[in-house]
Amino acid sequence: MTIPDIVPNPLRRYLRPGSLPHFFCSGCGAAQVLNFFLQAADELGLDFDKLVAIGGVGCAARIPVYLHAEALHGIHGRTLPWATGIKLHNPELTVVIFAGDGDAAAIGGNHLIQAARRNLDVTMIVVNNLNFAMTGGQVAPTTFPDLVTSTTPYGNRERAFDLCQLAVAAGATFVARCSTHRPRVTIHTLKKAIQHRGFALVEVICQCPTYFGRRAIGSDDPAQGIRWIAEHSVSLYRAGELAEEELADKFILGTFVEKEAPVFEGSSVYPGGEG
Amino acid sequence: MPQVPNRRVLTGTHFMLGNHAVVEGALAAGCDFFAGYPITPANEISEHMARRLPEVGGKFLQGEDELCSIFAVTGAALAGARAMTATASAGYNYMQEGLEYAIAAEIPCVIVDVQRCRGENFATQADVMQMRWGPSGDHEMIVLAPSSVQELFDTTIRAFNLAEKYRMPVIVMSETTIALMRERLVIPRPEEIEIVHRAKPSVPPEEFLPFQAGPDGVPPLPAFGEGYRVLYSLNPHDERGSIHWDPDVFEAMYRRITHKITTHYDDIVRTESFYLDDARIGVVAYGSECRSALEAVELARAKGIRAGMLKLATVWPVPEREIASLARQCATILAVEMNLGKYAREIERVACGTCQVVRVTKNRGVIHTPGEILEAIEAHA
Repeated sequence: MTIPDIVPNPLRRYLRPGSLPHFFCSGCGAAQVLNFFLQAADELGLDFDKLVAIGGVGCAARIPVYLHAEALHGIHGRTLPWATGIKLHNPELTVVIFAGDGDAAAIGGNHLIQAARRNLDVTMIVVNNLNFAMTGGQVAPTTFPDLVTSTTPYGNRERAFDLCQLAVAAGATFVARCSTHRPRVTIHTLKKAIQHRGFALVEVICQCPTYFGRRAIGSDDPAQGIRWIAEHSVSLYRAGELAEEELADKFILGTFVEKEAPVFEGSSVYPGGEG
Repeated sequence: MPQVPNRRVLTGTHFMLGNHAVVEGALAAGCDFFAGYPITPANEISEHMARRLPEVGGKFLQGEDELCSIFAVTGAALAGARAMTATASAGYNYMQEGLEYAIAAEIPCVIVDVQRCRGENFATQADVMQMRWGPSGDHEMIVLAPSSVQELFDTTIRAFNLAEKYRMPVIVMSETTIALMRERLVIPRPEEIEIVHRAKPSVPPEEFLPFQAGPDGVPPLPAFGEGYRVLYSLNPHDERGSIHWDPDVFEAMYRRITHKITTHYDDIVRTESFYLDDARIGVVAYGSECRSALEAVELARAKGIRAGMLKLATVWPVPEREIASLARQCATILAVEMNLGKYAREIERVACGTCQVVRVTKNRGVIHTPGEILEAIEAHA
């Protein structure tokens, strides 16, 4: 299959030659994040020769496969250990991680806590579609209570993780939550996160029409998925006016932390310079 | 204090702990990245690295677990580092995921596994099969088996060189016995130490196919940031690195990463022969068991028994030629190891009925005594 180049997309030049067509479903939020990242990178003038894009396993993890940058893909949950080794050995590289909520909140949860604590100088974009989409729409640590997924046919009996609060508590120096229903804010936040020196986590709430949409919200229409996110979103500014029960099924959008702190240079650093 | 001219290579004669010899070997081999998670009896490696590596400009990471350690090592290696981790049996379990990736994406790195008994720090060689077959997927493995403090130093250097040459994780199979032993160690001058560097691309990025190998089966490896923009994936990938579901791509990938090892047998496989010229009974041993086995052979010789020993310095790939030759020469081979009989299966496979193979096994936290092996030699002489 070839993609007709009626009007060439100016962002195509950042994509790995021969990597299209992509494998995302129609209306997938992860594909939107790829688009947001390219716009942010373009506006920042990011040098793709010095960019290492890292994905784990899952839908969002495929994003680096399409970027014409240095790229790692294919191990579930270990994106941050990779990034730690890369960044320690060559601090000049820009490291951006594309993790799903499974990568970040489930199998790689401890790595997230430790990288935030260390203030590792990387950007982690968590594409949160509230379920394990690549494997068929199983419940995730980010799924809201009572929602139906392929492994919670009677409704989810667990509480959902608030990844941003987790990252803040662990010491991350830039933490923000955005969503696909507000593209410009998301692009702007990604730019700030990439420019931030220290551990930056940006959670992007995404629709998953194929699995989460069909099962949890009863519609495989991407627009309906985006509408559902909009209805469940509240700004950080307005969140203070709502009661705890009202916030239980809401995404609080905004920048929670933006501060400076020394970045990680290794667990043991020689005090006298190179011997 | 006199000025030490080279902090990387501590040339001279030392009385050193085995685990420290590993560190000094790694530094002499140019190691500039180490990540590890605390585990006995490998801790002295991390502790010594934490002091030594930063003072020569390398980076040290204490990971939050073994998965962090092995993946930080593979990440650093792709960024251009000569990277190493060290662990012990239970920690090695966790590293299989990282090893699988390092094999598939062809990432040079060194893993030191100090074998221990389940949860306790007693001597064993029970993980000799896990080192070969631990990670999933079709693959070959390079596993080296030192038997002394000096060999821990020498073998660690060799492990780095083989890793760089073949773009492979290489395992130094250590044991509690030698890791926690202090012995004489002679560190040569830097110019006497052979250092092999990975092959770098000779063409510009636009002409570069990252998984296209030359005649030796090993593709050149650029570092992150050098402009080659390589995609590394566990998934089946073609010569461009693109994920591909064509059965021919699957097969070509698996065949090349195994052939690059099997076709370099002469370079990788090393054995040593002791008293084998006229031997009728051959002892095959690896690691610290070689020490007791050699003494047993010498005691047997003193009693007029024509015994000899084949020492396997490389355990994987299996030294098939040397074992087959021994099987043709001897009436009996004694497969001596500190487990309930694992590597003996390989010796039996290679001997293939040519001679009798007797398993001399022991897994009770202590090494075979020379007397025990001598008893077995006498019983089959």
